[in-house]
Amino acid sequence: MEKAARSIQSRPRWEVLTETAIEWLIRLCGISAILFVFGIFFFVFREGSGFLFHGFNVREFFGSTEWYPNSQSHVRYGALALIVGTASVTVLAMLIAVPFGIGAAIFISEFCGPRLKETLKITIELLAAIPSVVWGFIGLTVMNPLIINLFHTPIGLNVLNGGLILALMSVPIIVSIGEDALKAVPDSYREAALALGVTRWQLVHRVLLPAAKNGLLAAVLLGVGRGVGETMAVLMATGHAVQIPTSLMDSVRTLTATIVAELGEAPVHSDHYQVLFIIGVLLFSITFVVNLAADLIVRGIRSK
Amino acid sequence: MVTPGPTLEIANLRVRYGHREVLKGISLEVQRNEVLGIIGPAQSGKTTLLRILNRTLDDVPGIVITGAVKVDGVDVRQVKDVFALRRKIGMVAPLPVGLPLSIFDNVAFAPRMAGIRDRSELEERVERCLRQATLWDEVKDRLHSLGTRLSGGQQQRLTIARALSHDPEILCLDEFSVAIDPVTTMRIENVLKNLRAQMTIILATNLVQQARRLADRTGFLLNGELVELDRTEVIFSDRPANRKTYDYVNGLFG
Amino acid sequence: MARTVFLLMTLLMVVPLLLIIGYLVYQAWPILSLDFLLTNPKHGMRAGGIWSPLLGTIYLVVISLAVAAPIGVLAAVFLNEYARDNWFTRIVNLAVVNLAGVPSIVHALFGLGAFVLFARLGKSILAASLTLAIMTLPVIIASTKEALAAVPKAFREACWNVGATRWQTIRHIVLPNSISGILTGVILQVSRAAGETAPIMFTGAVFFKAIQEGHLFAYSLFDQCMALSMHLFTISTQVPDVPKALPYGTAVVLVSSVLAVNALSIIIRVRLRTRRKW
Repeated sequence: MEKAARSIQSRPRWEVLTETAIEWLIRLCGISAILFVFGIFFFVFREGSGFLFHGFNVREFFGSTEWYPNSQSHVRYGALALIVGTASVTVLAMLIAVPFGIGAAIFISEFCGPRLKETLKITIELLAAIPSVVWGFIGLTVMNPLIINLFHTPIGLNVLNGGLILALMSVPIIVSIGEDALKAVPDSYREAALALGVTRWQLVHRVLLPAAKNGLLAAVLLGVGRGVGETMAVLMATGHAVQIPTSLMDSVRTLTATIVAELGEAPVHSDHYQVLFIIGVLLFSITFVVNLAADLIVRGIRSK
Repeated sequence: MVTPGPTLEIANLRVRYGHREVLKGISLEVQRNEVLGIIGPAQSGKTTLLRILNRTLDDVPGIVITGAVKVDGVDVRQVKDVFALRRKIGMVAPLPVGLPLSIFDNVAFAPRMAGIRDRSELEERVERCLRQATLWDEVKDRLHSLGTRLSGGQQQRLTIARALSHDPEILCLDEFSVAIDPVTTMRIENVLKNLRAQMTIILATNLVQQARRLADRTGFLLNGELVELDRTEVIFSDRPANRKTYDYVNGLFG
Repeated sequence: MARTVFLLMTLLMVVPLLLIIGYLVYQAWPILSLDFLLTNPKHGMRAGGIWSPLLGTIYLVVISLAVAAPIGVLAAVFLNEYARDNWFTRIVNLAVVNLAGVPSIVHALFGLGAFVLFARLGKSILAASLTLAIMTLPVIIASTKEALAAVPKAFREACWNVGATRWQTIRHIVLPNSISGILTGVILQVSRAAGETAPIMFTGAVFFKAIQEGHLFAYSLFDQCMALSMHLFTISTQVPDVPKALPYGTAVVLVSSVLAVNALSIIIRVRLRTRRKW
């Protein structure tokens, strides 16, 4: 027995060394996410930093709607209209997607048999998979004529179009997180309420929604984050007017669309080019904060 | 060469998880080839005591361990190769576990991980350990079927075979009969009786009669304190040293 | 009554989508054929097929996943198997979540600043693939973590009890039993990488590039390439007088590849449920 005990006490040296190397590689990959997040901020900031510190007018950027980067005589970088453009499309999208998305989450979570649930979840997953550029294409070719015909407007590429498309794009994430939030509400709440004789509607309205409100809030925040950051779909569906919209039928331009539309033409390292990167920093910051908030809330639910 | 002295020496062991003290100054010695029983109600620290031995509590967040735990004279926390330490100590957990591998690979797992590649040596080892665990006859014709498909009692014997496969010097069993039927429990108790010649056995159990049947000496652990440790006959007699021991052993609380 | 209301709300989201896809297929019908896939765009993209964009997309997807999958899986192994429960781990997890929320245009700017300019890769398939890799990384990490966590802790403890090291346990028990889940996650990112436009627009995808038809190795790593997503954008917004069916055809190919890949991952997920070893 002692001989056997001895043979089992040692592993070949090369095997131990390989394992140590692999474990270091694993640790390196593990912290890669942090490296990349910092990297993204660093490199985007870097490209715009020159102009940011020498000549960038913060008041004009946030306060003026005059966006004339290519002007021969008087270059202006007033991004207010772009900011409002982003906001208007996102707000409209949320106004549509949140009630319908949460409604769908409630249906799937509370009123659905397992078969139907599986089918609906798969459908919503497939909805989420559709690429942004295809959504933009749909906005361009399907929604556009539809809006023109229904509302008798000269152009169908506007806040309404972008908002509708963005709503359809945001629904899956709202349904998914909303469903998680509802699942986290203990069954005992439901049983207690039903034992008291409430109707299904009252159960939803007075028990489930209040109990799940953190998760639903997180779902909305994630939807907002998605909306603010969305690029191709809004580029193709909202038209190209840099203006503050006065009605749903007005064309607008979002921050994201501006970058795509103008980066190709801006000479590398020119002021215009750098301003576009500054917009990138702005977008990164907004979505960073929104996603951080949403994640803190979601983590609160999932740990219960 | 067999080292003289007690196989296991614990001196003033204190363990706490954050602010909760789970073991409050345990001191004991275990001699070679003896069977030590540890009895006590749930949450008294039996599991913690065993798992300190093979250092599988190292990664628990907020754990603080003070005191000396020496296996063959060497403090377990100063051992260079913790994996070699774990091979010296066999551990059987309360819930039976079959790894998602074939039965053969289940028992060959530990030797393989330790570096043994020779097929015939592995085959010899697997058969020996399965025989010792009295599982061989039931599975010898299906060594390539999944270990997870065995019954609870079979999986617990498989766990014992796995524990034996790395030639442990100390075998620890933590309430091994909790999730298995009485017949298998009896079979395993017979296995333990046969194993004691080869190794030291530490048996933590919530069934006091099991300790009475198997242990040379028995320790009574209550709320993290070792109330009494003595020869089994004394613990189960009319006059153990401590009143609480008598009460617990006779079912007056627990 | 409440049930009907909520059912209607759900259907209102789902049905229009099905109608839209039906409409796309209907409009694309005349042009869908094998020839469409294997012929290059011709006559300033007003005729021909989508071979060069299709091949370009395949290159981008394969290379970006070849980079992202190993890093993502190992990162998830770190987070689920090695990381202690402390503030540092919490920050890493936070970083993963935030990386997931970065807008695609910001990825594009990063790719431009870091790979095209700083690393001097120029606008190339390599730069674009690396940009896509970083974009798909966080989701691969998240889904791999989930797959690893589905392996019961009891297995790991049983391995440690017999003296196996952490890596041995991972290699022999944890990874083999989470492969299906990992695969599902990686496959889902195929459709993401294939569908994105902004990140590749400024890092390597190009308006037009002539390559050999039907030849699998027509691109090199440092070439620029065409891509399906970019092509759809181009012919629906930048090129006048394109025959109607062309952009619809491109959209249909893009959507159906994405849906097919997602369906594959769902099938794998269902199969994995039935073939579990415990």
